[in-house]
Amino acid sequence: MAGMDDFVSDSDSDYTSYWRDWFISSRGNEYYCEIDEDYLTDRFNLTGLNTEVQYYQYALDLITDVFDLDCDDEMRETIEKSARHLYGLIHARYIVTTRGLAKMLEKYKKCDFGKCPRVMCHSHPLLPMGLSDVANQKAVKLYCARCEDIYNPKSTRHSAIDGAYFGTSFHNILFQVYPALVPPKTTERYVPRVYGFKVHAAAALVRWQNKERGEMRRRLRKMEVDSGFAKVDGEDDDEDEEEEDEEEEMMEDAMDHNPAAVVQYRGAGEVATLQ
Amino acid sequence: MSTSSGSPESWISSFCSLLGHEYFAEVSEDFIEDDFNLTGLQSQVTMYKEALEMILDVEPEDDEDDEDEEEEDEEDISGDGRDGLAGRHERRHHSRIASDLSVIESSAEMLYGLIHQRYICSRAGIQQMSEKYELSHFGVCPRTNCNQTRTLPVGLSDTPGEDTVKLFCPSCLDVYVPPNSRFQTVDGAFFGRTFGALFLLTFPDYDLTKSGGEQLANLTRTDESLNINGMWARNIAPGLGKGRVYEPKIYGFRVSELARSGPRMQWLRKKPEDITVLDEARHFAEEDGDSDDDDENMNMSGRPVTRRRRAGNARVKRQGQNGSPMATEANGAESEL
Repeated sequence: MAGMDDFVSDSDSDYTSYWRDWFISSRGNEYYCEIDEDYLTDRFNLTGLNTEVQYYQYALDLITDVFDLDCDDEMRETIEKSARHLYGLIHARYIVTTRGLAKMLEKYKKCDFGKCPRVMCHSHPLLPMGLSDVANQKAVKLYCARCEDIYNPKSTRHSAIDGAYFGTSFHNILFQVYPALVPPKTTERYVPRVYGFKVHAAAALVRWQNKERGEMRRRLRKMEVDSGFAKVDGEDDDEDEEEEDEEEEMMEDAMDHNPAAVVQYRGAGEVATLQ
Repeated sequence: MSTSSGSPESWISSFCSLLGHEYFAEVSEDFIEDDFNLTGLQSQVTMYKEALEMILDVEPEDDEDDEDEEEEDEEDISGDGRDGLAGRHERRHHSRIASDLSVIESSAEMLYGLIHQRYICSRAGIQQMSEKYELSHFGVCPRTNCNQTRTLPVGLSDTPGEDTVKLFCPSCLDVYVPPNSRFQTVDGAFFGRTFGALFLLTFPDYDLTKSGGEQLANLTRTDESLNINGMWARNIAPGLGKGRVYEPKIYGFRVSELARSGPRMQWLRKKPEDITVLDEARHFAEEDGDSDDDDENMNMSGRPVTRRRRAGNARVKRQGQNGSPMATEANGAESEL
């Protein structure tokens, strides 16, 4: 990956002392957790990785601090690069283990992966994730469990990290294993307005989305599954209807001065009750 | 670009070039000197007169000229404000006390921000902001599925001191915290709640998506010339809908909605596949054709109406004649906004 070369200047530091310590504390590597020695030395965990990485054995030696090959700088740099790649690939496997999940959970709680940029998520902590499990395809993204959407890392040094080092499953497994950590969902959202009036095109979309949400909550209630929304479930329908009523009272399309807007409004209210 | 007519070292340009003030447009002096545009701001800012003078780089008069500032101020400005200010330009001498200066400075910033909130909704101001938008001065949406759509600075309140500036993404219709912490000292009220949405209504022909490939993908899905609810269909939340909603998966299998940790927020990023579903007026007409639709846009026979480019253009043109901010005539009427 581009950006990996950024570490070249630091890499001269002593190979003899803990490589992993140095690696995870390097600038730009804040998203990684430290992989246990035990995990690294169990060859079963590394199945198949030997074909993915150049100089696999040397790279693994470097990671486990037993590297003692006497070689020139160029060779050493190649091995160093392989070690970083190998660490990432092992990392993707490690973080879905019980130990790995616990370590990543600690980092999540400390907001090591940043906070959701969406205003209505109120700085909810993010989790790193990949859009592909294959290396060199997509850079790392950040997942917000509150709005369930993915965002680009703020910093360019993070956007150069390979998403495959975290994988597509990790963040979802985390919440399967720790369901209590699923944040409460809210219907709070931004509605574009002009001088206090909602904009018709956006408001129509919001109404449609609210209907989708209402249908989902009805589906879940039918299956007796907790929808996870902050409010009491039994009030769903009333609440939705109230929203519609409120919207009906508002005059949108203020800028258009479009007489159709009034009719469109009445239309919206009636269509909603028909369904 | 109708920027300030003053020297490049004017207070306004130095304020706008400060770190963290990159989102601000330079309010034209003409706009500030029109007292109508400042209606009501006097009561919101301490040392209003001095602050205004600082913004316009006018040196204060000697104290004897205006003992009781409040009343004189009003008369002066509403009466012959323009001449008075221009005349004061000449006298450049420093008579401010240092302690006052910092108060005046912060008042001037507050006043400038409040004027700015109004200015960027005026014809000249929104034009200036569109130039900044085209140069990506306001950054891009952090949401992955918005593909770096350019954002607009907005406030969540029109009252100063309540919240900082946010970024509105026209592609997902959501608001985000600016990535750089230096913007967390900029008051959102200096941009206001109206600007973001007004911008989209003012420039309906903007290509909201920056990348070309994405635009093509949209064209295959919706008719380019389709006008729905006063906007081109292609410009209604292009970052939402099928393929733009994140689907959680574990080892390639989608996480069920019925799972405790299953998806619950997808509605927020959804959009009907057939965008005409959102044309509520048309559907209302279809279902209740014989009711009270005396509106020109309604179809009396209840047959589906497809608004093609022609209709859309007529609508846009009509707006232009009604004094749309897009019109390029002299901006004497900008205060109407």
